[in-house]
Amino acid sequence: MVCIQPVAPTTAQPDARGYFGHYGGRFVPEALIAALDELTTAYTDARSDPKFTARLNGLLADYAGRPSPITEAPSLSEHAGGARIVLKREDLNHTGSHKINNVLGQALLTERMGKPRVIAETGAGQHGVATATACALLGLQCVVYMGEVDTQRQALNVARMRLLGAEVVPVTTGSRTLKDAINEALRDWVTNVDTTHYVLGTVAGPHPFPVMVRDFHRVIGLEAREQMLARYGRLPDAVTACIGGGSNAIGIFHPFLDDPAVRLVGFEAAGDGVDTGRHAAALSAGAPGMLHGALSYLLQDSDGQTVEAHSISAGLDYPGVGPEHSWLKDTGRAEYRPITDAQAMDAFQLLSRTEGIIPAIESAHAVAGALQLGAELGAGALLLVNLSGRGDKDVDTAVKWFDLLEGQP
Amino acid sequence: MTARLAPMFEACGAQQRAALIGYLPAGYPTVDDSRSLLYAMLDGGCDLVEVGVPYSDPVLDGPTIQAAADAALRGGVRLRDVLSVVESIAGAGGRAVVMTYWNPVHHYGVDAFARDLAAAGGLGVITPDLIPDEAQDWLAAARAHDLDRIFLVAPSSTDQRLAMTASVTRGFLYASSVMGVTGARDVVSGTASELVGRAREHAPGLPVGVGLGVRNGAQAAEVAAFADAVIVGSAFVTAAADGGPPAVRALAADLATGVRRPAPQPA
Ligand SMILES: Cc1ncc(COP(=O)(O)O)c(C=O)c1O
Repeated sequence: MVCIQPVAPTTAQPDARGYFGHYGGRFVPEALIAALDELTTAYTDARSDPKFTARLNGLLADYAGRPSPITEAPSLSEHAGGARIVLKREDLNHTGSHKINNVLGQALLTERMGKPRVIAETGAGQHGVATATACALLGLQCVVYMGEVDTQRQALNVARMRLLGAEVVPVTTGSRTLKDAINEALRDWVTNVDTTHYVLGTVAGPHPFPVMVRDFHRVIGLEAREQMLARYGRLPDAVTACIGGGSNAIGIFHPFLDDPAVRLVGFEAAGDGVDTGRHAAALSAGAPGMLHGALSYLLQDSDGQTVEAHSISAGLDYPGVGPEHSWLKDTGRAEYRPITDAQAMDAFQLLSRTEGIIPAIESAHAVAGALQLGAELGAGALLLVNLSGRGDKDVDTAVKWFDLLEGQP
Repeated sequence: MTARLAPMFEACGAQQRAALIGYLPAGYPTVDDSRSLLYAMLDGGCDLVEVGVPYSDPVLDGPTIQAAADAALRGGVRLRDVLSVVESIAGAGGRAVVMTYWNPVHHYGVDAFARDLAAAGGLGVITPDLIPDEAQDWLAAARAHDLDRIFLVAPSSTDQRLAMTASVTRGFLYASSVMGVTGARDVVSGTASELVGRAREHAPGLPVGVGLGVRNGAQAAEVAAFADAVIVGSAFVTAAADGGPPAVRALAADLATGVRRPAPQPA
C-alpha cells in the first residue's frame, strides 16, 4: 500500500521570505500582502493539523482516485533506444490531470479561512475544471479567468467548467493566453481579497504559492518512488516531466531530490523552435526577472517587458516558470530542455498508437523528452515519465495538426 | 537628507491646501505627445507629475491605463524615452517622479536606473509592485542618488506594515483609497480617510497622498480635506484620449480648484 503524505514536511524549503536561492519572493502590490500572510498562516497550521491531513488524504483517495498507478509502456519503449519507459498515470485522476491534487488542498484551505468565493486562472482548462469541481463539491462560488485564445482551443473544458457551475471569464487583453488570465485573476483578487481565495494553479506566483502548491503535488513523487521500488527494486535512472509553471514536474521531482543518481529532466515548450523566438522555454532561453509576483527565469525583452510565449499546448504557453525550478537549474540538480510543437505532436500520436493512451499535449512534451533521453541512455535504462494529463481536451487541436501535415482526418 | 518633494509640500502647506499630482504614461499616444500632455497637466495646475513606465503586465491597473500602456508599447516606447520625458519636464522647471512596475527597473539595473533618473532631474520613484521587504537594492540606490522612494499602502495593510512601510518611505506615502485597481470611480470611499488617519498615527510628519478613483474637482476637494496630496491617473488618460492637451489642461484646472477648497463632506 502506498502511503500518501501530501503535506509531510520536506527537506528542501525556501527561506522565510519564500526564496529558493535567489528566486521567489513577493513582487506584488502591498494590498495583497495581508492575504498572502493569512494564507501562509492557514497553510502552516493546516500542515500540522491531523484533521486537515486526514480530510485531504480521504478526498485524494476516495474522490480523486489516488494513488494513481504506474504503467510500463513496452511498445513505446521500442522507440526509445530500448530504455524502459514507465508512466506515472496522473491522467487517470478525477478531472483528468494532476491539477486536482493542488486544488483539493487549496479548496480545503479556502474553507478553513472562511472565504466563500474562489477565483482561478486556467490555460489548458485542466486547472479550471479541477477548481470548478472542488468548488462544486464544497459549495464554493467559482470564477475562472481564461485567455480568449485558450477558450477557443480548449472549448471542451470551457463547457465542463460551466456544467460544473463555474463562471468562465474570457480574457481579451495582451496575448489572450495564460499570462493574461493570471493578470486578470490578480486584479480580481486585489479587489475582492476579503471574500476570495485565489487558487493559483501552478508553482509560480508570490510566496507561499510556490512552496504550498509543490507540497500538495509531492504526492505524485512520493507514490511513484515507492511504486518504482516495489515493482523494479530500484529507482529510475531519470524522471521526466513537462514544464509550464512547473507544478507536475516539481511534484514528481521533489521526493527524488536527495537521490543523486536519479536525473531530473524537465521539458519546456519550444513552440516553433527556441531559435525562432516563438516558444515558451523560459529556463532554456530566458533571464531572471519578475512576473506574477516572483523572481524567476522569464522571457523578456531588453527593456524588461514580458515577451509573449508560443506553444501549441495551452498549458505550457507561459513566459515564466516557478522559482524553485530556476534554483534547481542554477544548482544543476535538474536539467531543462526544449521540445518543439512538432516533436510533442509526434509523441502524442506515438503514445496513442503504441499504448492506447492519448496524453494531454502538455504531457506529450514529457513523453517526447523521454524518447530523446532513452536514446541517449540506451538499453537497460529505466525512465519514469509524469503523464500529467489526458488528451480528450486536445482532440480538436490534433485533428487540425495532423490534417495539415498528412491530409488525414 | 530631506525629501526632494519637501519644498512642494511646504509650499502647498503654506497655502493651506493639498498638492495635486497627475499621472500619465510616457509614450502615450506618442513620446512627443506625452510630453505635451504632461506640460498641459503642469500648466493646468498640477504640482507634480507621475511619468508612468508602460509595462506589459500592469496588475494594479484597470482597463483605461492598461489600454494606454498597450498603445504606448505598440508605439515602441522604451525606458530611455521615459527618462528623456522626465528630463524635458525637469528642464522646463516642472517636478516629475516616475511610476513603474519593478521588472523594467530590475532589468535596466537598479543602481543604473536611479543614477540615470537623478541625472535626468527626476525626484523619485513610485513602486506599485515593490514592497519594502523586497527593496534592499532600491533603497540603497535611492540613498546613493538622493531620490525619494514612494511606497504604497492599502486599506488591508496592518498597522505593523503601515509603520514599517512609512519608516522607509521618503517624499510621501501613497495610500490606495480602495481595494482594487486604477480607474475613475463615482464615489470616494470612506476607507481612504481611515487609512490616512492610521498612516498619520504611525508616521507623523510624513505627507500622505491618496489615489485610485479621483476624477473631478468635487472629488478632489473631498480628498483634499484629509490628505496632503490628491493623485489622479485614469481620468487624465481618458481626458488625453478624448481631447488631447486642452482637455488635460482643463481637467487639471478643475482639480486644482478642488484642492483649494477642501469640502469636509461629499459634494
Ligand atoms: C495536463 C497538464 N500538464 C501540465 C500542465 C502544465 O502545468 P504545470 O507545469 O504547472 O504542471 C498543465 C496545465 O494546464 C496541464 O493541464
